[in-house]
Amino acid sequence: MAILGQLAFTGLAIGGVYALIALGIVLIYRATNVVNFAQGEFCMLGAYALVFIWQGARLDYFLAAAVALGLMAILGLLFALGLYYPLRNRSFLPVIIATIGASIMFQNGALAVFGPSPEKVRPVIEAGPTGGVMLGGIFFDYQYVVILGVTLVLVVTQYAFFEYTLLGKKMQATSQDKDMARLLGIPVTLMIALTFIYSTALGGLAGMLVAPIYFVTHKMGAVLGLKAFAVTIAGGFGDVRGAIAGGLALGVIETFGAAYVSVVYKDAFAFLLLILFLLFRPQGIFGEKVAEKA
Amino acid sequence: MGRGRSGVAAIALGLPLVIALPLAVTTRYGTNLLILAAALSISTLGLTVLLGYAGQISLAQATFFGVGAYAVALGTSRWGMDWWFALPLGLGAATAAGVVLGMTTLKLGGHYLAMVTICFQIIFSQIATNWVAVTGGPDGISGIRRPRFFTPLDTAQQYAWFALGALFLVGVGVWFLRDSALGRSMRAVRENELAAEALGVDSLRVKVTAFALSAAIAALGGALYASGFRYISPDTFSLDQSIEVLAMALAGGAQAVPGSIIGGFLLTFLPEWLRDLKRIYLVVYGAVIILVILFMPEGLWGWARLLGRRLARPRPLRPARRPLPVGGRGEAGETILALENLGKHFGGLKAVDGVDFAVRRGEVHALIGPNGSGKTTCINLISGLYRPTFGRIRFLGREVAGMRPNRVARRGMARTFQNIRLFRDLSVWENVLVGAQRALGGEAAVRERAAAALEFVGLEAQAAERARNLPYGTQKLVEIARALAGTPELLLLDEPGAGLNQSEKQELVDLLKRLRAHGLTMLLVEHDMSLVTQLSEAITVLNFGKKISEGKPDDVLADPVVVEAYLGNRDAALGLAREHA
Repeated sequence: MAILGQLAFTGLAIGGVYALIALGIVLIYRATNVVNFAQGEFCMLGAYALVFIWQGARLDYFLAAAVALGLMAILGLLFALGLYYPLRNRSFLPVIIATIGASIMFQNGALAVFGPSPEKVRPVIEAGPTGGVMLGGIFFDYQYVVILGVTLVLVVTQYAFFEYTLLGKKMQATSQDKDMARLLGIPVTLMIALTFIYSTALGGLAGMLVAPIYFVTHKMGAVLGLKAFAVTIAGGFGDVRGAIAGGLALGVIETFGAAYVSVVYKDAFAFLLLILFLLFRPQGIFGEKVAEKA
Repeated sequence: MGRGRSGVAAIALGLPLVIALPLAVTTRYGTNLLILAAALSISTLGLTVLLGYAGQISLAQATFFGVGAYAVALGTSRWGMDWWFALPLGLGAATAAGVVLGMTTLKLGGHYLAMVTICFQIIFSQIATNWVAVTGGPDGISGIRRPRFFTPLDTAQQYAWFALGALFLVGVGVWFLRDSALGRSMRAVRENELAAEALGVDSLRVKVTAFALSAAIAALGGALYASGFRYISPDTFSLDQSIEVLAMALAGGAQAVPGSIIGGFLLTFLPEWLRDLKRIYLVVYGAVIILVILFMPEGLWGWARLLGRRLARPRPLRPARRPLPVGGRGEAGETILALENLGKHFGGLKAVDGVDFAVRRGEVHALIGPNGSGKTTCINLISGLYRPTFGRIRFLGREVAGMRPNRVARRGMARTFQNIRLFRDLSVWENVLVGAQRALGGEAAVRERAAAALEFVGLEAQAAERARNLPYGTQKLVEIARALAGTPELLLLDEPGAGLNQSEKQELVDLLKRLRAHGLTMLLVEHDMSLVTQLSEAITVLNFGKKISEGKPDDVLADPVVVEAYLGNRDAALGLAREHA
């Protein structure tokens, strides 16, 4: 039993990271119809920014994290202006390729600046020799607990923000109907810029949180981004609940797959499941079937 | 039009390049790059078919490239086969895998299809890396042999000629595919899948064929790559390469053969030219991709063609030899379409709820009713776009309820749409050609019918225009010409008059009267009562999904139930009805 609990806990924590990245993809997609393949790179850049400021500038860890988040927000704004804005009226394919181009740039830019050797980051909570606590036969790694906690807090805050604040309503209105929002006097371009800023920072935060678990390398964002995209799709594109549920589910499935099916084929296993899922439930986890109108 | 000439020009330009390039590049390294560029360009040409023609995205091109490479590698180095026997093995395996991937398009498109192809690619990469017994695992396979082609092709230069020659042949093939019936169907599916289906194009078959063809082409590229370098390892056939090939297609211009080849060579050589930038060359590479996408929407070739189009002048259309055969072949007055207790429910909404009516050969039958009464749903059921919840539809003596639209269309039905569904990026001529493909006969017969249909509607002069550049009223006429070109027995018109101004409407009425005079059977959904009364011989009225009246126009329009349905007030309705009577 304990082993199942352990796997479930680890899976959920990893899934929390997927969910955070997927959340960024969903928010950008809902606001702009852009599928951002560079979201995983925001993770990688967030982790590097933390390393750079914390170790390079020798700031306090938490202060460094805050500054790194600020840098990510600026990057998000630049991304919106440089990539989204010129491509806003184009079909989905060129946009995908442009974000892939951006991801090639980010990856290799990081490689050029930081070099190929992996960096190590401390966990958020540094306590005890094991960095965790044993409860009922399950080892709770503090970092995993932090990841789950942050995911939960962010999901709740974000929900409250979109449902109960005026700014949140404006952003929702923008994502549902840009023209109507514009007619109602909502500054659409600003709302979209804010979405990019928030989503980029969110990606960066996810990267900082996984950094102590994986090493920080220029390649770390690629797989994370891909899995987050998979989760977004499975969750029913643009569905926030679906992305979160999908992220957590993928983390658990992967962890169990690695334990009971095959370690080397764990990704293949997860992606095969995704294909089957898409074929039999293309409307996503929570979605309803819609018919095309002739 | 005009493509025959430019095809000759491309061959005249391409062949010398095939011969000259291996002579011009003298370093061993440069020649290897040529071989690599040729192999990747072939793979990119696969995307020309799949993405450029059929409009389906794939991020699994490296998988098929890999299948071809492994077939040749295993065949020649492990199983002692000749290259020319191993190659068809690879092509066959890739085609089969392409069919499997293509079948998923039955249910998925767009982002979802992108994701499925990514999954496919990652699964392939993991198998290639981990199934050590067959693929040799991460170490790969060495000792791959080259084919004999008159001579053993031992030098890099000889092999470069071979690879470039293959590229040239594939390029010519893909070029000619574009204007074949299959190529047109692919492009029609890309532009508007629903409309293509309604014109008798089996969209699933077309998409699966595109996937299979694209996979086989990529496998050929992979086979050339494997024996060119005599060694392969799984990291070559990764998602990164799939992305690279997609970038090649888009940067060069996915819709045309020269674009894909330009993209293939440019992105193969670009990193080499940028070598001096050392560590940041891949950053620049990424930036170049973004810039091309930003500023050249149709790629380098599309951009060059835009410049060239200003100079080129379209050749006039060859006139049809005979007028278009319009109207059916059977006896006037026989029932050709009969609905029996037909129903369609969307969840709790009963859009059509037990409707019966019959359309007789040679008549113009109008289907009218207030907004939301189920007229368009009826048309969609008849043409196969919706599957009925219950009931029967007999067309020309056969049950067609639940049949896919393309099969209904090929039985002799054509339709137009409420919101015009033209193949927007295709020319008027190509639009009508796709419609003409529904009926029998070879390419000559198709062209003859298309030309005749354009003449019938009076659009010969606009034949070379892109459909989306035409004014709204003309687009409606193109849609009718496209439907007529397939010489249907029954034409369904869904609000043909909507959005037309007075003179356009008169033009439409004249056209439809001419069609009626030729004996064409039409089922007309229309709101404009003057149009209905001018044209129709029988009217069926729907309200809330049920038939409330039918008969001759004068009787129906005087029916109090009908007037009430439109005006909503029983007394006023009765008064109006009395007046009309």
